[in-house]
Amino acid sequence: MSVTLERPREQITDVITMSRITKVYDTGKIRVEALKGIDLRIRSGEFVAIVGPSGSGKSTLMNLIGCLDTPTGGTYLLRDKEVAGLDKNELAKIRNERVGFVFQNFNLLPQITAFENVEMPLLFGGIPRKERKERAHELLAKVGLADRMEHRPTELSGGQMQRVALARALAMNPDIVLADEPTGNLDTSSGGDVMSLFEELWKQGRTMIVITHDAALARRAGRIVEIKDGTIVSDRTT
Amino acid sequence: MSGLGVVFNLFLSSSRLQKKRAVLTIASIAWGSVSLLLLLAFGQGLREQLSVANRGMGSGIAVLWASETTKTWQGLPAGRSLHFLPEDALLLRERVPLLDGAIGEFATWGTNFTYGKRTVNARLIGTEVAYGDLRNHVPLPGGRFLNDQDVALRRRVIFLGDELAHDVFGDVDPVGKQMLINSMPYTVVGVLEKRLQMGAYGGPDKNHAVIPITTFQAQIGQEYLGNIVIRAADPKMMKTALDEVRKVIAAKYGFDPDDDRAVRSWDTVEGQRIMRNILLGIQGFLGIIGGLTLMIGGVGVANIMYATVKERTREIGVKMALGARPAWITGPLVLEGLAYTVFGGLLGLLFSMAIIIALGFVPTDGNEALQFLGKPTLSPAVGAISAAILGAIGLLAAYFPARRAASIDPAQTLRYE
Repeated sequence: MSVTLERPREQITDVITMSRITKVYDTGKIRVEALKGIDLRIRSGEFVAIVGPSGSGKSTLMNLIGCLDTPTGGTYLLRDKEVAGLDKNELAKIRNERVGFVFQNFNLLPQITAFENVEMPLLFGGIPRKERKERAHELLAKVGLADRMEHRPTELSGGQMQRVALARALAMNPDIVLADEPTGNLDTSSGGDVMSLFEELWKQGRTMIVITHDAALARRAGRIVEIKDGTIVSDRTT
Repeated sequence: MSGLGVVFNLFLSSSRLQKKRAVLTIASIAWGSVSLLLLLAFGQGLREQLSVANRGMGSGIAVLWASETTKTWQGLPAGRSLHFLPEDALLLRERVPLLDGAIGEFATWGTNFTYGKRTVNARLIGTEVAYGDLRNHVPLPGGRFLNDQDVALRRRVIFLGDELAHDVFGDVDPVGKQMLINSMPYTVVGVLEKRLQMGAYGGPDKNHAVIPITTFQAQIGQEYLGNIVIRAADPKMMKTALDEVRKVIAAKYGFDPDDDRAVRSWDTVEGQRIMRNILLGIQGFLGIIGGLTLMIGGVGVANIMYATVKERTREIGVKMALGARPAWITGPLVLEGLAYTVFGGLLGLLFSMAIIIALGFVPTDGNEALQFLGKPTLSPAVGAISAAILGAIGLLAAYFPARRAASIDPAQTLRYE
């Protein structure tokens, strides 16, 4: 597989097509309807912010978009691939190749270096060693951490950690970058840096999806989808 | 790159953690392995020693005594005494082809053995040359057992049990020396080689002396044999051979061949078979104890693996989010558990071997308990059984924690601290 750093601008296509998506958590005693029929379409190259209060279902939606979980009902096409009904191995492959995650708490592996963290998805993707090294190197340089590659996450600042996480998210050149409160644990200035990086990636043609409370970040997005009680209550372009 | 390659890469990148815990876990497995290996090795040693001792008296033999008839037969009453004559052994040799040996044995108690000023009272046996083979009378180097000339020429030569030789001669080498048996001069031709002996009749062989049957008849003048020793050509046929022997003797002396009290027999083949099974049982029991000890080590491994999984829950969730397949999560964990087990097992093996080698230097002569217990033996079978138990425990100890790891829901672990 050949991986290029820059995703070329391509003709606009639907990256995410969700129709009548429902998610029900049924523990036997309690039945929670987290999503009650979501219709959502995201086209390639969009920068979408998903906002909503706690318990609105936006985390559930993120898990579904990121293929960490499968919907109870409805259909979900990730680019051309139907996700509902895939087994764990197929979901793992999709997450590896098509989704780049960025988390609020970074979720870097603490005992390995920044470089090895970025290398991890490439390892799962079966990328040969040499290419893996080159790619991880390139990505870390791109997020401005060329001099921090051999540092462990604990030796990095929050902003640096989030940049490592972003480099990791981009490693397999995914269809979408899916970020969950990416600035939530950062101070204003590092948060600003990360937001700028997001914007830059978007301008290069990435599809960015951000789940956030952060009004400043949401404002940078081209489109804001608001969720409440498991349904989309507004969907507007800014 | 193959899936296995990924698993191995992940294993290498995760196993450099938690040295102290790894060391403790490996130590517990090593300890369990030492217990298992040593117990099995002691069992093996005991088995081999007892088996040697069991055959000390001779391998695949039976001993016959003439007793009393207990059944009436063709008008003859029960309760008649029977006695073996020297020619009965010859008769058996001729008439029972299943036997590859049948020899008569005269015995007398309270014979005086004198050398110099020392006199010892012991048992004297008069018998044929084949006795040396049947009854495992191996001479010490420098001596010999009785030979055909001794018997044919009625020589006054004597073969001494090792302990008796020591009692009479002290530190003097008896071979070639003249000694007095009931005040008549004899030449010592050989001394019994020291050996373990479990079964005995009339006393252990080390305490008796043997002279030619012809000499015995001339000097002591007994009419009846003490007993006849037979050996079956095929030990498995011993029971049939004994039946044949009874028939021949019953025909000669006129008693019911089914009267098995008239001629008593001690079938050592059967005894040895039972003993072998008992010993196998003992070794199995020891193995179970060792296996249980090792299982505690296995529980330790499982424990540490569960702790590892719990600690790495987030890490596992992250890896899953990045696209690790469930097998890539469980694979390295199973490898880690197995690595602890294999490493601990090897350490245990080395330690056990050291102990066994060290025990080899402990002198066991003159201490019967040590003679039986002090020879732990690591046989290939012991090694194979231990490795199988260890492997099974290691796999089980790693499998269940790994399965728990694979069931981790990444969506649950990633968002919250």
